[in-house]
Amino acid sequence: MTFDTLLIANRGEIAVRILRTARSLGLRTVAVYTTADAQSPHVDLADEAIWIGEGPVGDSYLKAEKIIEAAQETGAGAIHPGYGFLSENAEFAAAVGAAGLTFIGPEPEAIRLMGDKAVAKRLMTDAGVPCVPGYEGDEQSDTALTAKACKIGFPIMVKAAAGGGGRGMRLVQSAEALPETISIARSEAESAFGSGGLILEKAISDARHIEFQIFADGHGNVIHLGERECSVQRRHQKVIEEAPSPAMTPELRAQMGAVAIEAARAVGYCGAGTVEFLLEPSGTFYFLEMNTRLQVEHPVTEMVAGLDLVALQISVAQGDALSVSQEDITLDGHAIEVRLYAEDPANGFLPAIGPIDFWQAASGHGVRVDAGIQQGQDVSPFYDPMLAKIIAHGPTRETARTRLVMAVKETILLGTVTNAPFLDDILQHKFFISGEATTTFLDRTYPEGLPAYEVNARDIALATALLLDADQARARATAGYVSADQLGWASAALPPFATTFAYRDTEIQTRALARPGGWTIWVYGDSYDVSCTKCDNGKVRARINAQTVDAATHITHDTAQIAIGPERLIFRRLRPGALGAEPVAGGRVTAPMPGALVEVSAKPGQNVSKGDRLAVLEAMKMQHQITAGVDGVVTSVHVEVGQQLNAGDVLIEIDET
Amino acid sequence: MGFVSQIVRDSEVFAKNRADMLALVDEMRALEARPIALSEKRRERMEARGQITPRDRLAQLLDPGMPFLQLHGLAGYCVDVDDPEQSVPGASLLVGIGFVSGVRCMIIVDDAGIKAGAMVEMSAAAFLSAQDMAWKQNLPFVHLVESAGANLMEYKVEFWANGGKLFRNLARHSAAGLPNIAVLHGPSTAGGAYMPGLADYVVGVKNNGMAALAGAALVHAATGEKANDRDLGGSEMHASTSGLVDYLAEDDAHGIEIARNVMARLDWNKSLPVRRSKEVQPPKYDADEIAGLVPTDYRVPYDVREVVARIVDGSDFEDFKPGYGPATVCLQAVLNGIAVGILGNNGPLDPAGANKAAQFIQLCGQADIPLIFLNNITGFMVGTQYEQGGMIKHGAKMIQAVTSVNVPKITLYIGASFGAGNYGMCGYAYDPDFLFAWPNAATGVMGGEQAAGTMEMVARAGFKRKGIDPDEAKLSAQKAAITQHFTKQENAFYTSGRCIDHGVIDPRDTRRVLGFCLETCLEGRARTVKPSSYGVHRF
Repeated sequence: MTFDTLLIANRGEIAVRILRTARSLGLRTVAVYTTADAQSPHVDLADEAIWIGEGPVGDSYLKAEKIIEAAQETGAGAIHPGYGFLSENAEFAAAVGAAGLTFIGPEPEAIRLMGDKAVAKRLMTDAGVPCVPGYEGDEQSDTALTAKACKIGFPIMVKAAAGGGGRGMRLVQSAEALPETISIARSEAESAFGSGGLILEKAISDARHIEFQIFADGHGNVIHLGERECSVQRRHQKVIEEAPSPAMTPELRAQMGAVAIEAARAVGYCGAGTVEFLLEPSGTFYFLEMNTRLQVEHPVTEMVAGLDLVALQISVAQGDALSVSQEDITLDGHAIEVRLYAEDPANGFLPAIGPIDFWQAASGHGVRVDAGIQQGQDVSPFYDPMLAKIIAHGPTRETARTRLVMAVKETILLGTVTNAPFLDDILQHKFFISGEATTTFLDRTYPEGLPAYEVNARDIALATALLLDADQARARATAGYVSADQLGWASAALPPFATTFAYRDTEIQTRALARPGGWTIWVYGDSYDVSCTKCDNGKVRARINAQTVDAATHITHDTAQIAIGPERLIFRRLRPGALGAEPVAGGRVTAPMPGALVEVSAKPGQNVSKGDRLAVLEAMKMQHQITAGVDGVVTSVHVEVGQQLNAGDVLIEIDET
Repeated sequence: MGFVSQIVRDSEVFAKNRADMLALVDEMRALEARPIALSEKRRERMEARGQITPRDRLAQLLDPGMPFLQLHGLAGYCVDVDDPEQSVPGASLLVGIGFVSGVRCMIIVDDAGIKAGAMVEMSAAAFLSAQDMAWKQNLPFVHLVESAGANLMEYKVEFWANGGKLFRNLARHSAAGLPNIAVLHGPSTAGGAYMPGLADYVVGVKNNGMAALAGAALVHAATGEKANDRDLGGSEMHASTSGLVDYLAEDDAHGIEIARNVMARLDWNKSLPVRRSKEVQPPKYDADEIAGLVPTDYRVPYDVREVVARIVDGSDFEDFKPGYGPATVCLQAVLNGIAVGILGNNGPLDPAGANKAAQFIQLCGQADIPLIFLNNITGFMVGTQYEQGGMIKHGAKMIQAVTSVNVPKITLYIGASFGAGNYGMCGYAYDPDFLFAWPNAATGVMGGEQAAGTMEMVARAGFKRKGIDPDEAKLSAQKAAITQHFTKQENAFYTSGRCIDHGVIDPRDTRRVLGFCLETCLEGRARTVKPSSYGVHRF
């Protein structure tokens, strides 16, 4: 059971997180990676790294045999699966064991039992654990599912039986919407978990999502490390997590903790696990599911419990008894975590890809950032859009919150759109501040996402100055002999020159005049004197009239990216000749993002109405419906199922009527 | 311990000097503003045609924040009309050296806001001067063309005869390996049409760009054909049918963008050796103080070293032979990291001063050190003592040295520059690489009063010879007339109007102007161009 080399069968922040502990324990570490991940930090951090495929997860991180082979090749004695991918795959756990290696996680049987939501629910009901009314039977036809749903009553949750982490989980408000949801959920479940089985569950409204971190060893000890609250979810994807829950009392904690331990014992659990509950305002709670792995949000528990959960996992996997008992567990202060996603809150949370031009993790007292990215790397379309987690701890919830607000602002990523402004807004929302948020909070408060930040004249002046500074520097680098004191000088007056920008969909024109050491820039009729001092790595100190502004920036030939507060602004310069490009005709349907087509329902000659579903694109593991933008007749379909598309590719053309 | 300035900043003299000098600078800026205001009147009309104004074209062409040196900004002043109040300087051209895609080049923009960009009397002189400078400094040439050709109402046969040199120069530059780029922004007929015709690269702007030997009116008069201008010479036609246009642009801004791209693709600086980088120290004394230390009346003496201390790196220089011919000042200094020899005047040139200057010039020639001539010279000394001391031959030595020395020469008229003193101090006829005047400068064969006084003596001698009493009224009228005749012509704005310098500058810009000129000279001399026996033919 002992081992000196650990293979981490994962990527991104969790691979980095596990690597860090493994190395601190003196273990030799092995990473696996794909071509798309070749620049990822987990590859650099590990002692050895094995290439396992191009990019798609089906060919790499989900390929059990490749990973076991990699372990054998490198002499790894154990495999840590992280979360997602193969972490809750009982066959994989079994295969690892069969290969004579240690799987860092529970026994395959426990994974299997808890992994099948239907089985788990029956098991829990039998063990006396309170469960949400629902259907988890084997009858999986559309008619059967519809009938059961009507019996339970709407709103209802449709979930992948094999799922977890919000994947393949959808809320249905009425019977009419059910068939389409079942079809999407089933296909998502199939592609994500390899099994299309679904379960139904009564949707509990205004509940809180409370989960208990449990730990069990192979010697019969099971303890819990308190709860986490993860009510701040968007479409069942956790966005903010915290420990402890603002709604928790010591009595309720003892009661729910005991139930969680009971649930773990019922499946003979060993290792780290999470028992999820829904908590109603009345104090009634229901068992939701048990996740048989390390959770994304484990750091908040680590920060309040003062324990390294990965170290505990490794110790238990090596056969040790738990070094702490339930009585030893004390919870210190409060911790809150936010998930930084590559997605655009101002544009329907569309996943974003692109380069990471600038990356700076916040630091400071009580702040922890778990990230799996580095500057210069690309965010690829193949994987989960979560880039990093920002966690803050403090003696009180309010201290943790205010520290986190600062940390979100100070964590700067440029190159790819992120949800940082959304995180910032939530953290400062009165419902969140007062600890009243329930699972419906986000969807109710931000039904349209977060409106795009409206740039002001000052931002535009700064963007202009940054681009012009770069132009000037480039010209000077190309030029022959030009002394610094010549810059910004002309022996006779020149008129200001125009620069045209696009910020999102808005075109902005500025005029500028050079001065020695800076620029005078006119925006919307007002003038701004701007001078920028460059520091290392894109950091800029700008003086705009009387105000001094510090900003992280990334400037390329025609784009200026600027981090201002939590906002990450991207200005694109429009060059003459490129201006007034042809408007996209309403009847051309294009891919909103890169991804693979999983469905093409439109056929040439078909009459379509605005809003009709034409195709489904899977990107960043989420399915996106592509709908008709106009009423009309489909004239051509340029794509087929399975095709990989780039953003902007034309899929279908409609002759508008 | 270096030079210590004797200037008292808060003195009355300083304040008066400064007020006088800045009044002259304001006057210069006001003159420069005249063509701007006149051209600006056409803005609405041009914008309605989808065009941008000539000055906006220039601003859009230049690299943001890179230096720009205007040339011949006052060309034509008092030539178009002999009335300082009514004259509009500029000669319908914007001329200067600036940077396009990182390339230092000579730029000419037709000021189409004034008489449709038609050439006026001094246009050719300014144009030829710019071409000459591009030739000497190995500069590529960019011309933003929109010119109705020569103004027929002002036609003089010699304009036409001399004007041919413009095109000869374009051909010569092309053959010498100095590329020229033309953007055809608007109607350009006759001579205007040969500007793109002889350019190496031609960008034509859709809808407005038009080049034809004769426009529709002249064609009708000459052959009776009823043609229209777009068919005769529209950019679209030239891009597809005649082959005159190489790149077709959507609009003015796009045309300029293409010109910038073409310039970038020349990789023009590939042959330029990297200059050993040096820490450049600014002068210890503020350049702004020049305005207060120099009296605008050249008769009031001051130490030219005070000016130099506000120009050169670290205000530091070596005084060459300070005790010998002390009125002639020869200094070794560094400007923008470039070693220079500076000649200045604290009085007239005497035999010792001329000898010292000739030696100093030769020493700079030996070490290939650029020379800067700060002219404040009323002339070579006259009188028996000086004639007997060999003033003529010593002055001749200085003129020979100036003529023959093969280093960059930059001349500034910072006060008086009279007579042969101007020649010795590398005046216009001595072909300096750059020649600028301060607005207080006075140049000519001699001062107006001297001339009037001389003529008075001659007249009085005449009266005496004829044995009649001098007609005092006539003498005094003659004196006034001569003084006025000379004084008017010695004015810096007037001389600049005649294109016998490259422009008038703000004295406070002196260090930057000199730095720019020196760097231009150094680049030009360090560059290898690839000549061929013919200009690039347009097929």
